[in-house]
Amino acid sequence: MMDQILFYFFGGLAVLSAVLVVTSRSAIYSAIFLITTLLATAGLYLTLRAEFLFAVQIILYVGGIMVLFAFVIMLVNLDVALHQAQFNRQRWVATLLGLVLGAQLLLAFLLGHRDGANRDLLNLPSVAVTQLEPNTQLIGDVLFNKYVIPFEIASILLLVALVGAVVMGKKRI
Amino acid sequence: MNGLFAQNAYLLISLLKVAVVVLVLLTGIAYLTWFERKVVAHMQSRWGPERVGPYGLMQPLADGVKFLFKEDPTPAGADRFVYFLAPFLSLSLALCTIALIPFGPGEISIFGRSTSLSIAEINISLLIVFAFTSLSVYGVALAGWASNSKYPLLGSLRSSAQMLSYELGLTMSVVGIVLLSGTFSLRTIVLAQQGTVLGVLPRWNVFSPIMPQVIGFLCFFIAALAETNRVPFDLPEAETELVAGFHTEYASFKFAMFFMAEYAAMVTVSAVASVLFFGGWLSPFPENPAFHFTYYLPAALAAVGGVLLIVNGLRYRSKVGRVVVPVLGLILLLLAATCALPGVNPVIQGPFWLLSKIFFFLFVYVWIRGTLPRFRYDQLMAFGWKVLLPVSLANVVVTSLLILLREKR
Repeated sequence: MMDQILFYFFGGLAVLSAVLVVTSRSAIYSAIFLITTLLATAGLYLTLRAEFLFAVQIILYVGGIMVLFAFVIMLVNLDVALHQAQFNRQRWVATLLGLVLGAQLLLAFLLGHRDGANRDLLNLPSVAVTQLEPNTQLIGDVLFNKYVIPFEIASILLLVALVGAVVMGKKRI
Repeated sequence: MNGLFAQNAYLLISLLKVAVVVLVLLTGIAYLTWFERKVVAHMQSRWGPERVGPYGLMQPLADGVKFLFKEDPTPAGADRFVYFLAPFLSLSLALCTIALIPFGPGEISIFGRSTSLSIAEINISLLIVFAFTSLSVYGVALAGWASNSKYPLLGSLRSSAQMLSYELGLTMSVVGIVLLSGTFSLRTIVLAQQGTVLGVLPRWNVFSPIMPQVIGFLCFFIAALAETNRVPFDLPEAETELVAGFHTEYASFKFAMFFMAEYAAMVTVSAVASVLFFGGWLSPFPENPAFHFTYYLPAALAAVGGVLLIVNGLRYRSKVGRVVVPVLGLILLLLAATCALPGVNPVIQGPFWLLSKIFFFLFVYVWIRGTLPRFRYDQLMAFGWKVLLPVSLANVVVTSLLILLREKR
């Protein structure tokens, strides 16, 4: 019961603020609504008993990346942006693609809802989420044992991006 | 009625705990400003607040009333919603963190239900602390932007950069603790610090036999000073350059909320520092019958304070003071008597030691404010990235190596 209320609250908040991100005129409001979306998504993680993901989502996305977003937006001249057209001509294509994607998700949801073979087909979890253990340790285990090579590759990619950013940002090193 | 209570008991008790903790914290914050002014004044051979009430004890109340009744203008061209949002965000985020601090071992019973001495028991409470800390940037950043004014914007940009840079050092400096205790839960971290080193020192993480976290603690404390925008890292409000930084355009109670947020952050950071590095609620004395007399320390302290207040109060220069101060002393004596009661005595040990440690750190905060000049901005950034981060990383590497070596043996 409580889980359902929380799910619809966070889910609704995430969708609503995601729409507002796009429709807001002021860039800083878009950033604020994006923060709300990310926080609501973190709340959804928590209802799924993924508390590590919840904390990391807040620390990294909301507390780190979005601060930099806000930082840049504050320095940009917002008056110019306010007079520009907010939507361009691609919007009908975007609507169509969005609808297709939505239909796909709906189909997957409906197929997964029927019991039997389809459930395995879509790889939906068979365990009720309320029965999962605390998962900080589980994530560590999986990342550093099973998926250690993809993890290291991702780290190297990030490092390359970091070095690249420094090289491009500085005129003389 | 009874059934209703039974169903919502957890919620009601939590609300009660929240109310008590927030009330105590806000009063503490109010008197922290008095304490700071007094201590800094004495360090500079001044008297500090003296006029409002005996020893200036009513000064926080007077300040509060003044904040409430001041005119509250909104600057022209300010973004009204965000301008209102920023102080609320600052204060609520600063207050939230206290919910995760465990104040003592065991459980107390309220209305026949036992409950632990902390508001929220989460198995990743340390991560949640950092989540709240990382969010606190927004209060400052949005305040500076929404004011539509040059100095606040500059102040908030500086402050965002500073908080982002020092957050790395802050997070890295506690990784050693997580490695040593193998958990993110603040309660379990405290429980892992029981026992003694060499029979004398408490086995707190700063004195840990595997790898004393002294460097980790120093990094944490420096980064915490920067995170809370305190001297010598108070560049966001450097008066000589930026008037008052991000809250230049704020007045009245909205300004008071920023002010309270800063002090609340000081209290919670001190609490986190004591929990992580100094054994939280654990007593510095070893757990054995020979040291049982230390259980009466809180009572003894309160009694000494009460007697001092009565003796000095009877000679106080104003007539009101000659009544009020001895009454305060009597209240302290009563408190001492309550603390000595056999039923109460064991329960207050945990909170007493945690609060003493918090108080010590708050004193250090004030002490540093009275001692050190402010950093220059480039020095601040260079220190954060070139000293603090590498040193805390080195601490992580050495600690994990030592833990590995110990496990190999």
